[in-house]
Amino acid sequence: MEILISQLFAGLSLGSVLLLAAVGLSLTFGQMGVINMAHGEFIMAGAYTAFTVQQILGSAGWSLLASIPVAFLVGGALGLILEIALLRHMYHRPLDTLLVTFGVSLILQQLARDIFGAPSVDVRLPELLSGPVTIMGTPVPAARVFILVLTVLVVAGLSLVMNKSSLGRRTRAVVQSRDLAEASGISSRRTDALTFFVGSGLAGVAGVAITLIGSTSPTLGTTYIVDAFLVVVAGGIGQIRGAVIAAAGLGLLQVFFEFGTTASIAKVIVLVIVVAFLQIRPQGIVATRTRGLA
Amino acid sequence: MSPRATLSAVLPLIAVLVLTGCGERYDPEAEAAAQQISPESCVDTEGDTVKVGLLNSLSGTMAVSETTVNRSLNMAIDEINADGGVLGKQIEPVTEDGASEPTIFAERASKLIRQDCVAATFGGWTSASRKAMLPVFEAQNSLLFYPVQYEGLEASPNIFYTGATTNQQIIPALDWMREQGHKKIFLVGSDYVFPRTANRIINAYAEAHDMEVVGEEYVPLGSTEFSTIVNKAMASDADAVFNTLNGDSNVAFFRQYNAVGLDAQSLPVMSVSIAEEEVPGIGVDNLEGQYVAWDYYQTVDSPDNQEFVTNFKDRYGQDQVTSDPMEAAYTSVYLWKDMVEEAGSFDVAAVQEAADTGGSEFDAPEGQVSVDGENQHISKTPRIGRIREDGLIDTVWQAPEPVAPDPFLDTYSWAGSINGA
Amino acid sequence: MSAAAPSTPSTSTTPTPAGTRTLPAVTEGAGVWTTGPRGALLGLGVGAILLLVVAPMTLSGFGLDLLGRYLCMAMVAVGIGLVWGRGGMLAMGQGVYFGLGAYIMAMHMTLADTTLEGESIPTFMRQNGVDRLPELWGIVQHPVVAVAAVVLVPTGVAGLLGWAIFSRRVKGAYFAILSQALAAAFAVLIIGQPVLTNGSNGLSNFHSLFGWDLSDSTNRTILFLVVAAVLLTMLAVTWQLYRSRFGELLVAVRDQEERVRFLGYDPALVKTVAYMIAALFAAIGGALFVPVVGIISPADIGVVPSIAFLIGVAIGGRATWLGPVLGSIAVSFAGTQLASVFPSFWVYFQGLLFILVIGFLPGGLASVTGFLRRRKTSETIEMEVTR
Repeated sequence: MEILISQLFAGLSLGSVLLLAAVGLSLTFGQMGVINMAHGEFIMAGAYTAFTVQQILGSAGWSLLASIPVAFLVGGALGLILEIALLRHMYHRPLDTLLVTFGVSLILQQLARDIFGAPSVDVRLPELLSGPVTIMGTPVPAARVFILVLTVLVVAGLSLVMNKSSLGRRTRAVVQSRDLAEASGISSRRTDALTFFVGSGLAGVAGVAITLIGSTSPTLGTTYIVDAFLVVVAGGIGQIRGAVIAAAGLGLLQVFFEFGTTASIAKVIVLVIVVAFLQIRPQGIVATRTRGLA
Repeated sequence: MSPRATLSAVLPLIAVLVLTGCGERYDPEAEAAAQQISPESCVDTEGDTVKVGLLNSLSGTMAVSETTVNRSLNMAIDEINADGGVLGKQIEPVTEDGASEPTIFAERASKLIRQDCVAATFGGWTSASRKAMLPVFEAQNSLLFYPVQYEGLEASPNIFYTGATTNQQIIPALDWMREQGHKKIFLVGSDYVFPRTANRIINAYAEAHDMEVVGEEYVPLGSTEFSTIVNKAMASDADAVFNTLNGDSNVAFFRQYNAVGLDAQSLPVMSVSIAEEEVPGIGVDNLEGQYVAWDYYQTVDSPDNQEFVTNFKDRYGQDQVTSDPMEAAYTSVYLWKDMVEEAGSFDVAAVQEAADTGGSEFDAPEGQVSVDGENQHISKTPRIGRIREDGLIDTVWQAPEPVAPDPFLDTYSWAGSINGA
Repeated sequence: MSAAAPSTPSTSTTPTPAGTRTLPAVTEGAGVWTTGPRGALLGLGVGAILLLVVAPMTLSGFGLDLLGRYLCMAMVAVGIGLVWGRGGMLAMGQGVYFGLGAYIMAMHMTLADTTLEGESIPTFMRQNGVDRLPELWGIVQHPVVAVAAVVLVPTGVAGLLGWAIFSRRVKGAYFAILSQALAAAFAVLIIGQPVLTNGSNGLSNFHSLFGWDLSDSTNRTILFLVVAAVLLTMLAVTWQLYRSRFGELLVAVRDQEERVRFLGYDPALVKTVAYMIAALFAAIGGALFVPVVGIISPADIGVVPSIAFLIGVAIGGRATWLGPVLGSIAVSFAGTQLASVFPSFWVYFQGLLFILVIGFLPGGLASVTGFLRRRKTSETIEMEVTR
């Protein structure tokens, strides 16, 4: 029983990490059809932001709280630069954005190596998060509880923005039909830039969260990017709801298969399941009806 | 026939014709005989200098570790040069980047031997890089000095292994754990050759020594998800963990380990791939009090080591640390010098001969080491260490005298299933 | 994915001010690279003389080995040019097929050496605690079966997978991401089966190929000539393909899949066949890579090497005939030269190449080599704009 609870928690926890890494991607992919391979490096930039903030502030607790908004701005700024300098000119070539952003990711990784050194750096945990907390009689890592809560807040905040604010309305309008949105006076260019800013900023936040559980190194992004893409594809493009379900599902599947087999085999099985699932529902869990995307 | 149809018919034909042109058929026995006669070597020993190759990953995932090895190699070469060189010749290092990819290692090794005509090459880190280079050094009959602890079961006449083999690291660690009363061991490792071989040795050892392996888990290299594995370790009734994880995975593993309330007191971890230079990246908070097994620590108390550490810090910065592979690399250059001078020649066969007759010794920072002519490994002093608060490692146990290398574990009766004997 | 609205490309999706922007045609200037029989014969002839005569006479043994490796990588590039350049399918997982071909060949060669040396199973298996040859290995013992497997297994896998994916109309980014995930999973699988594949160490230390001694320099030259001849054959085949009805259909599917469907063709079939051919080329490249380089390990087939195959194709001109090959060889060459001198600079350089070439020169260098142009526009293919 205890092992079931801790595995259940491990699955949800992995799911929340995947979701945090994928939610920004889902936004930019969904709205613009841009496949941002550098998203993983934005996550890495968020992680190094947490490291830098900690170096400046010293205290592990305050620096964690402070680095969340700072990492959002850093990630967002990187995204904005990428959007304005490159992607804006190639929205009509979605597949090519994938390779261009791969080039960007190579450069960002090497930059991180040259700035912070190739070895991983240590971001200390606040005292409060370094031990376990007990849930239903089972010890679970406090840091993972924190990430779970953070993910819920981020996703709730994002859906609030998407559903209630004018940015959200404009974004959804552009997703559904770029032409009609343009015709009704929405500047799709401004909306695109803003969405990209938010999506990339969320990558920065994910980076801060990941420093709590893993290592902070130049290759951090590559660890998460393929899985994050799988979440987006399985969830249905541009669908926060779909991404939530997909992330939780993939997290649980991975963790439970891993318990029965090994981590390597579990990874392969999960991929096979995603491919098979796309056979049944090529649009993902939640399908969008749009005119912009095929 | 249209020109294009002709074209696609003619080309394969050329291929077939070319194939029928004759070269040598492969014959293992003739090959073995041919090995004795060195193929035309282009090493130039006429001038005042002699070239050696330094082949380490300076880019890619392994660059972290291999760059430090490259530094200690350079330091050894400079020291030797300042001291008059080898056979009166100054050593001229040629550096190549292995880029963390086995294929590149093989290609660059080939370049060093065939184009730069180096007398010997120092480097390699992962087993894959060594396995990739081995055929190159054998076919070209040149020498490689490999400075990293590895999984054993290999003894190429063209490679000198100056890191620990399994009976100088894994087995002493197990002996020590058994002495401490640990009976049930949980194994966790990255999914590649060293952990898998190490764990097969541990399983055979456990069977012969009334210990029990209560779990054996592998994660893909670079993986950062350890929730399930730590849950499994907790659910098992293990009293110690044997950790063969590589690189960054250690961070996530120890974080997760501590986060569920485990530590060095409740469930100690013995690690064989964490050295001084990896500790800061993993975070000393996560590691304090845990155990490691190597043949050298920066804290080894000897005049030779103090000199080595001081020189290294003076050269590369006071915040630098020294570790086992760096020490083994440093030592390897001196051993090469010793063998060359004993042979009186840079010729590969002469150096091998000098190694065979034995007696090549060096007062290394870790203590005295000597080359075993039979398997080209070196005798080393195993040490168990505990990680301290400042990230350095204290020796808690060390072998009374250097242990002779036994890469195939021939002298261990329980190891029959491992060496396939 | 809505069949109802095959959006008229550039107008609906280009951010406004530039309005309807015509893209630089991908094969402008690619005239020659795709021209008629005379151009093709000229190209192949020059290639044949350079590779079959000049290279063996001028290069050292080391140089020839290096060039041999470049040519093997270029074979993968030819296939990518076909699926990506002509077919619009961004195959980011060609490392899988390269790896399948390479591993089959490596298994056969390991076994052959083992037999010649009078052993029953390869050393690494014995060290992994196995004493009987796994059946999977037994199959490729015979050279003919091994060669057949190099051809059939990858094409079969590509056929099944391609059909499964394309018949459900999974395309564009979805296909790209799936193929990438496939490469990731394949590498994990290979590493995770050390008894069968020797895990992350890969297979190496081969002494013979079909009985011929691999350390003999005459044999190595012959091996190089075979590699070169195979590559030239592939080029001849693709050139004919591009001029065939199938080639026209492939481009049509890339540009207007729906219309092709309405015309009564099955786009899924066309795509699957192209994908299979690309897989075959990659597999042959992999199979020849093994004797030339002497090692195959998971590091050569994962996500990053799979994407690295693409850059040469993009630089040379993805939709052109000779572009992918020339681009791929040029990138391999630059990699060897630059990485050796400035390891970290090479990474920046590679990143910049991706950004500059794909971002600003989607037609590749072929689109600027106007001086080679003979026939213009008639065969010019508009940049891929399918959505």
